[in-house]
Amino acid sequence: MNSQLLSLAIWVPILGALPVFWIGSERRALVRWLSLLVAVAGFLVTIPLYTGFDVSQAGMQFVEKTPWITRFNVQYFLGVDGISMPFILLNSLITIFVVLAGWEVIEEKQAQYMGAFLVMSGLMNGIFSALDGILFYVFFEASLIPMYIIIGVWGGPNRVYAAIKFFLYTLLGSLLMLVALIWLFLEAGGSFSILDWHKMHIGMAPQILIFIAFLVSFAVKVPMWPVHTWLPDAHVEAPTGGSVVLAAIALKLGAYGFVRFSLPIVPDASHHLAPMMIALSLIAVVYIGFVALVQTDMKKLIAYSSISHMGFVTLGFFIFNAIGVEGALVQMISHGFISAAMFLCVGVMYDRMHSRQIADYGGVVHTMPKFAALFVFFAMSNSGLPATSGFVGEFMVILGAIKANFWMGFAAATTLILGAAYTLWMIKRVVFGPVGNSHVAELTDINGREFLVLGLLAVCVLAMGLYPFPFTEVMHASVDNLLKHVAASKL
Amino acid sequence: MLNNFVMPDLYPAAPEIFLLLMSFLVLFVDLFFGATHRWMAAMLTAITLLGCAALTLVTSDGQTTLTFSNMFVDDLLSDFLKLMTYLAVLMMLVYSRQYLADRGLDKGEFYVLVLYATLGMMVMISAASLLTMYLGLELMSLSLYGLVAIDRDSTRGTEAAMKYFVLGALASGLLLYGMSMIYGATGSLELGGIAQAMYQGHGEKTVLIFGLVFLVAGVAFKLGLVPFHMWIPDVYHGAPTAVTMFVGSAPKLAAFAMALRLLVYGMFGLAGDWQKMLLVMAVLSIGLGNLAAIAQTNIKRMLAYSAISHMGYMVLGLMSGVVGGQVDAFTAVNAYSSALYYSVAYVLMTLGAFGTVLLLSRAGYEAENLEDFKGLNKRSPWFAAMMLIFMFSMAGIPFFIGFFAKFAVLLAAIKAGYTTVAVIAVMFSLIGAFYYLRVVKLMYFDAPADSAPISAGLDLRVLLSLNGLAVAGFGLFPDALMLVCTTTLMRSL
Repeated sequence: MNSQLLSLAIWVPILGALPVFWIGSERRALVRWLSLLVAVAGFLVTIPLYTGFDVSQAGMQFVEKTPWITRFNVQYFLGVDGISMPFILLNSLITIFVVLAGWEVIEEKQAQYMGAFLVMSGLMNGIFSALDGILFYVFFEASLIPMYIIIGVWGGPNRVYAAIKFFLYTLLGSLLMLVALIWLFLEAGGSFSILDWHKMHIGMAPQILIFIAFLVSFAVKVPMWPVHTWLPDAHVEAPTGGSVVLAAIALKLGAYGFVRFSLPIVPDASHHLAPMMIALSLIAVVYIGFVALVQTDMKKLIAYSSISHMGFVTLGFFIFNAIGVEGALVQMISHGFISAAMFLCVGVMYDRMHSRQIADYGGVVHTMPKFAALFVFFAMSNSGLPATSGFVGEFMVILGAIKANFWMGFAAATTLILGAAYTLWMIKRVVFGPVGNSHVAELTDINGREFLVLGLLAVCVLAMGLYPFPFTEVMHASVDNLLKHVAASKL
Repeated sequence: MLNNFVMPDLYPAAPEIFLLLMSFLVLFVDLFFGATHRWMAAMLTAITLLGCAALTLVTSDGQTTLTFSNMFVDDLLSDFLKLMTYLAVLMMLVYSRQYLADRGLDKGEFYVLVLYATLGMMVMISAASLLTMYLGLELMSLSLYGLVAIDRDSTRGTEAAMKYFVLGALASGLLLYGMSMIYGATGSLELGGIAQAMYQGHGEKTVLIFGLVFLVAGVAFKLGLVPFHMWIPDVYHGAPTAVTMFVGSAPKLAAFAMALRLLVYGMFGLAGDWQKMLLVMAVLSIGLGNLAAIAQTNIKRMLAYSAISHMGYMVLGLMSGVVGGQVDAFTAVNAYSSALYYSVAYVLMTLGAFGTVLLLSRAGYEAENLEDFKGLNKRSPWFAAMMLIFMFSMAGIPFFIGFFAKFAVLLAAIKAGYTTVAVIAVMFSLIGAFYYLRVVKLMYFDAPADSAPISAGLDLRVLLSLNGLAVAGFGLFPDALMLVCTTTLMRSL
């Protein structure tokens, strides 16, 4: 079956960005509507990926395969399984929200802003659907360029530092991965196909080296403690849309890399080094949770909370049971919605007050009741309230962790307390209480556009929390298959 | 014995002969019309290059033909490299037309020297004996010395030319000395004869190794590899930008040909030895080039250090053809074609980068400081995007040609077992990414310091756009150029 759906998901936004660039920033209305049109079109072409998906099948679907660089047997090889498919939908959906979020607030070079996000969206779809090592790498690396520009041009006062730090940190990891990819290519007898690598036998010593090369690359992207320090900087300085894309999608790329590369290609090294990975994940969950507690900047707080939540994801992967891995995947999607919503909420306030300091707020509920209701709802789901999507993933991972080792599960479960503590404490200081100052008193409630974006996200969060079955259903076969791969030694 | 004289087959050397004849014409035209019709010399030079391209295409039969008593070779590799050289020179002429006119440098001498330098490169590319190699090298170098000093009143230019000349003469001396040793040991000046003699075990090994060291030093000087790189920053900085662009582009192709012909065609018997020398120089060049480039505030100097590191990567490919003294055809072709691909890619990127510098220059103003790139995105989003492409391509970020060049070289190096070296090389390219990113930062994140409209002519604008699109296009579809490089080498080795 050779369908063009994945190519469409990648190239519709990228090619759609070209006319947006071309129109230029002078004709703002045209730029916005065209960007929205492209983003919506980009989302619509991904819907058949879900509706046409065969949940009983573990292998790759919607496969496209054409030679790209015949010299090195690099293929334009695309395909999705139950693990990657949901992220393409999530990414394309979030892009619409990002376009809407930048509707009025971006005044400078709006065409380039919108275009950069559309390009970014296409590239990230490429990362999730690439089944050729080099194709994956190319998308992975190329996605740095638009993000670099986004942070650097539309970011806050310290944006240059943040943009360069973001770029170099990520590049550090991916360059080592490139060496590992080439090594695998030669070892596999001239194939860059990830699926071939899944079946390949590798000795223990090279497995460990490859694992480390992948680890550096993906750990920076996730980010795992101790290479997480670029994330708070990047988030604080990035414009709202940039933070949303970073938190909702870009962080997932690292975690996705673990399931697509590390676990199935070097399973023995993964088992061997799992204790280290679990330790790093737990440090991220607990320690970073405490760090979040003392933040005075809302964006920074949410950034640290993201790191803590992503610790859950890596924890879930490296306990090697079905519920843990599925929980981690659910957590990734749920975090995509929730972190996007949280950053959009902060963006809404920032657009009005031009401050992200918690101390500058107080009593927002009195002047922005509609907004406050949504913000509190997202905060609740961020701290893992049952019936929201935040609960499902965390609960599954904790269950899986307890299955593996009680104390591990116990340590992971502290996040429910910590998460609630830092999120709700922030809410208390920002939303509730008496009106903090005259600026807060002058706030206007969210307009229709903002309400639409946040409302839709709230629906997603709630739906996923109440009835996660459609999400877990598509993953099931692929996760089983993945675990089978991981369980089998390749020595 | 005069009656034994056989007229050599001139056909394979037709492009060289044509160029030489046309250069006389340019001289004459300049003599009579130079004062009134300056454009004629430029036009004739362009026509000459196009004519050479046509002749090269016509005489190219894909066969390896030796002529002039086995001193001159015409094979697919020489045809390909010559075509690329014409292209690079022609692009340089178009890029620099206005720059030269604004500074009164568009004299006949400029074009004649460019033509002679080109002829030198062509001879180097087609050299099949040590003598022809040396002849071509000297013709190219002497013309380049003159070009660097073409702006008589510029002290910086004169100083650069002086440095270039002294160091270049030293390098030529070393090269010649090495050649004499090899001649002494093998009794042959022809590359084929040298390879044969070594294969049969003739020649004292010590003498050969000594000769090889000098030969490699000479090659490294031309490529600008550490520790023979000293001239590069000063010459790049001191020469008029148009000349810098020339020095930085086409001669790299000729130097690549020189390295390949001397080391692979001639000295393959000592591959294990020159491989180690090249390895050390490659790693040092990649390291020093990338580190020193960070400290530069002048973009020409920055690109000079970047050139040093890029040549390091290229050589990394060149030295990966032999694994543990063993040769297999696939590995060899893989390695040499990666180096060839890297050279071609580098020339394309470097022309574009200097083209952008020329774009921002205008009469009486050299846009050669990094500061001059500030806020380019506000002044001209299109050309800022082009420079962004060149910078990210040089940094080795996909989807641009620079990434695939690095990829091919790394693949060759890892295949030859140099995984550690590959890791070192990529770590330095991470450091290198910083200074390319800084240029993008200046263009996109900073407010413009200079709000003068860009005054460059249409020809430069169109060429720069095409150049940028080529760098991006060959990145999206890298297959064709890679295959051309591979086929060329496969049929010429």
